[in-house]
Amino acid sequence: MAERMDAPPTKLMRLAQLGHVDEALRAESIWLCVGCQTCSTRCPKSVDCAAVMDALRQLAFERGEASPAQRRTVIFQKAFLDNIRRNGRLNEIELIALFKGEAFLRDRNIPALFQDATLAPQLQKRRKFHLIGEKARDRGVVARIFERVLKGGGQ
Amino acid sequence: MKLGYYPGCALHGSSNDYEQSLRAALGALDVTLAEIEDWICCGATSAHSLNHELAIALPARNLALARRQGQAELFAPCPMCSMQLLKATHAMEADPQLKARMSATVEAEVDGGARVLNLIQVFERIGLDKLKAAVKAPLKDLKPACYYGCLLVRPPLVVEFDDAEQPRSMEAVVAALGAKPVDWNYKTECCGAGMTMANTQTVLELSNRILADAKAHGANCLVVACPMCHVNLDMKQTDIGSYAGTEYHLPVYYLSDLAGMALGLSAADLGIDRHFVVEAR
Repeated sequence: MAERMDAPPTKLMRLAQLGHVDEALRAESIWLCVGCQTCSTRCPKSVDCAAVMDALRQLAFERGEASPAQRRTVIFQKAFLDNIRRNGRLNEIELIALFKGEAFLRDRNIPALFQDATLAPQLQKRRKFHLIGEKARDRGVVARIFERVLKGGGQ
Repeated sequence: MKLGYYPGCALHGSSNDYEQSLRAALGALDVTLAEIEDWICCGATSAHSLNHELAIALPARNLALARRQGQAELFAPCPMCSMQLLKATHAMEADPQLKARMSATVEAEVDGGARVLNLIQVFERIGLDKLKAAVKAPLKDLKPACYYGCLLVRPPLVVEFDDAEQPRSMEAVVAALGAKPVDWNYKTECCGAGMTMANTQTVLELSNRILADAKAHGANCLVVACPMCHVNLDMKQTDIGSYAGTEYHLPVYYLSDLAGMALGLSAADLGIDRHFVVEAR
């Protein structure tokens, strides 16, 4: 991944060490990161770089900072968590609808809106398409977990 | 053998072919899966990207439920789930205050939670000798590229499984089934994971390298033990081919598919007929 990043993990770690947090938070790379854990695994100084990337994403999310190019990723992660908070388990169709709708309102990108539309019938043919997703029975406890964690200042 | 079972969202959603395969193949090996009642999502990439404590709380609730339901071991066939479950376990072990707080947060006692197993570990528990003895139709024509992806082996301090750079455990399982795994370079490179929707370009580039390297080393199929890897390499394979100006025609099997085939189960029994790429060319 690093070769596609404006600031690869090495540079982000250095920025964090030197206290240049604002610059680190503006980097596209923190949202390009796929969480593959390779940087943490290979760091010769045993820095958990992927955990630092997580912390940078969490900070950027709190401050509402993400470059326009990477906003789609932030919208996706946010839509995913909203979905879990409501259903306890992931509802794929609802996630896709929310993500696509939300992203379109931001970027008006019509090709992106319809990009995966042809997949639906193909998934249906393979019995992989569930219009009504599963829900956890005790969704109250899921809502309370979210509430307690967010109140604790985690977000 | 009876194991606690945490399917995770993917296996009850569009990766339900993986669950079908697991139930059929493990069932034929006398493994009973006891699904954790009222499990919830592990939070996946989204939780650890946006909120640290949530990424511990969601898996912790599932570990606590497993404990409450009397399961000492918890099989999590999705590596994202198993890694998150293990990460939460480690974080709580290292910080007793966090552990105490989590029991209150998730409304269940988290102490002494279940031990987490991935699919390869389940085959190791069954025993490769026993597996080999159960083979009815050795997979002698299959030359699989065993693809581990990221989270089966990384981060090593969390998952404590196999070798993070040169894993061999999946090769050992497929060799017991009579297949001839190829040596190749991309077994632990990332496929793009959960970026399928949000950042498709990343998935096309990363997954293309994996398919190209597998093909270049003479593989006639790929084997995975991860629902996200399967989505990217199987469902997206035509798109990846168009992006790279080629056609791969590489079937992507779950590890349980290979076990099932060797045990004499059919493609329809295992859900292989529901994959996107069904035959090699």
